[in-house]
Amino acid sequence: MDLYEYQGRDLFERHGLPVLAGGVATTPEEARAIAERLGGRVVVKAQVKVGGRGKAGGVKLAEGPDEAVARATDILGMDIKGHTVHKVMITVTADVAEEYYFSYLLDRANRTFLCIASVAGGMDIEQVAAETPDKVVKAPIDAVQGVDEAKAREIVTAAGFPAEVADQVVEIAVGLWQAFVAEDATLVEVNPLAKNGDGRMLLLDAKISLDENAAFRHPDHEALVDQAAVDPLEQAAKAKDLNYVKLDGEVGIIGNGAGLVMSTLDVVAYAGERHGNVKPANFLDIGGGASAAVMANGLEIVLSDPAVKSVFVNVFGGITACDEVANGIIQALALLEQRGEQVTKPLVVRLDGNNAEAGRAILDGANNPLVQRVDTMDGAAERAAELAAAGV
Amino acid sequence: MAIWLTKDSKVIVQGMTGSEGSKHTRRMLAAGTNVVGGVNPRKAGQKVDFDGTELPVFASVADAMAETGADVTVIFVPPQFTKAAVVEAIDAAIPLAVVITEGVPVHDTASFWAYNVAKGEQTRIIGPNCPGIASPGASNAGIIPADITGSGRIGLVSKSGTLTYQMMYELRDIGFSTCVGIGGDPIIGTTHIDALAAFEADPETDAIVMIGEIGGDAEERAAEFIKANVTKPVVGYIAGFTAPPGKTMGHAGAIISGSAGTAEAKQAALEAVGVKVGKTPTETARLMREIMSGS
Repeated sequence: MDLYEYQGRDLFERHGLPVLAGGVATTPEEARAIAERLGGRVVVKAQVKVGGRGKAGGVKLAEGPDEAVARATDILGMDIKGHTVHKVMITVTADVAEEYYFSYLLDRANRTFLCIASVAGGMDIEQVAAETPDKVVKAPIDAVQGVDEAKAREIVTAAGFPAEVADQVVEIAVGLWQAFVAEDATLVEVNPLAKNGDGRMLLLDAKISLDENAAFRHPDHEALVDQAAVDPLEQAAKAKDLNYVKLDGEVGIIGNGAGLVMSTLDVVAYAGERHGNVKPANFLDIGGGASAAVMANGLEIVLSDPAVKSVFVNVFGGITACDEVANGIIQALALLEQRGEQVTKPLVVRLDGNNAEAGRAILDGANNPLVQRVDTMDGAAERAAELAAAGV
Repeated sequence: MAIWLTKDSKVIVQGMTGSEGSKHTRRMLAAGTNVVGGVNPRKAGQKVDFDGTELPVFASVADAMAETGADVTVIFVPPQFTKAAVVEAIDAAIPLAVVITEGVPVHDTASFWAYNVAKGEQTRIIGPNCPGIASPGASNAGIIPADITGSGRIGLVSKSGTLTYQMMYELRDIGFSTCVGIGGDPIIGTTHIDALAAFEADPETDAIVMIGEIGGDAEERAAEFIKANVTKPVVGYIAGFTAPPGKTMGHAGAIISGSAGTAEAKQAALEAVGVKVGKTPTETARLMREIMSGS
């Protein structure tokens, strides 16, 4: 889960890291209250999870509460690269003398964590790394040993931070690592890490990703989810414990196992190239079990997407036997009817693997005109795409 | 022979008395796996009956190894306790630990991996979030269905569970030496490269199927490894060509961030080193079939 800048600022503040005083507003009046509390000149910043907001006019200075209201009014509702601004962060201003870069992140290739630090912060760090790699330090961090003062000093020295800020940066490096671990983050990026005119170091921006697998030990992380930005179908699916991602095509997809469903999306997209360019409408993994109740929940979500014209149910019976899956599909359709759902869209079902013959016989015996059986994955994808194209 | 798991492997189950653990212990036994016991400190000394096979419960992995000579552990404990379970397996220096559990925090995985490295990597860790490893006809450690295919001379390494099953099914008439599901998490204990190296060295494996998916650069690194080290034919499949950037596709590791981790880049890297990459699982199976029939 990626956080907004204001959520990152709050998180840093909770962990005792030096940030600018500030708050978040969803209305101009809230912006006024924050500006009054802060006093003096403030910055109003659009909260969007996309870069380039400054150039788009999403960051403005304001001399006091009245101007803060005016700037918040301008920025709220603005569109920045397809992201609508629903919130602004108001902070006091900084008097930036130097801009540095500091981050901790997951290093998949080396199965550990990495610290990236540079005294050339404030701009695109990837460009700095590409053009002047000697200005960027990449230090692997042992996940067990972490970052203590000695490790932090090693990084700060290697990156060439000036002597007058070194002690402060060491302290921030240790504190930032502690926050990174304590919050189960996979990324904390501070750009810029700034030296203020008075010599104090400040974390002026925050890019943070949190590990959703660790949610069980962070009940407070749930509140960080931006419900307004979550697709309503994804929200409904999550409430039913389904692993669903909304896409923008016409063929609804249900399958078991993340890899097989990903593969199903591809096969349907290839088939769609021959049938009116229809595409997959969603990713939905109903897991290994695929019981009737789970299948019914899945079908309900997929069929409630008005863009869906046909549904492809692609199940490989591994642990679950295909006859159970076939019964699940038939019961799911009956269950939906009981719930008052009118199912009118065609279902193409491919069953293979454990007890496939018995499963196919059950589908044939049910004689449901909406259900079409095709026994190969590629053939079933072709048929689902064809039906979706005909239904558009 | 097969790799890592043979008919001589003695398997214990951490979490054997839990619902998933007991279900799959029963299935592993039915598949002919030599399961010799389980671990649960609160139930140590008890015996559990699996359709007539009585399995002892030990207080620790070390106890189980001392009593039974176990050399493989399969871990089914919930995500909250997975790190402790793996650390216990590492402390006992068991040669192979298969971590089935899904939803393990990546800090926990990074932590037990670093611990394993510090201890000299005496334990091969497969997973987490994986279906396990199966050497058809010999032994089965994890949740891979045992009756899809028989033994043969193809090696299979895959990030995905059901795609593993699909590929085993497509090529069931030829059969497999060993099938390894390495898991879909951002950090995993055994990589494509580890499996490729083992299959290259295995006299009972003639060709290798490698299944990858979007996210990270493991497939690109595997391509470099193949170029330098693998002489046996390799056929590849990558899932997720049509996945949009920024959306996690089921597996925690399956996400395209910016320009990194795309299926196109992985396919290009593999094809550049002579690996034939199928567009669909079925086409991939056909490519392997051609190799195995010598055409």
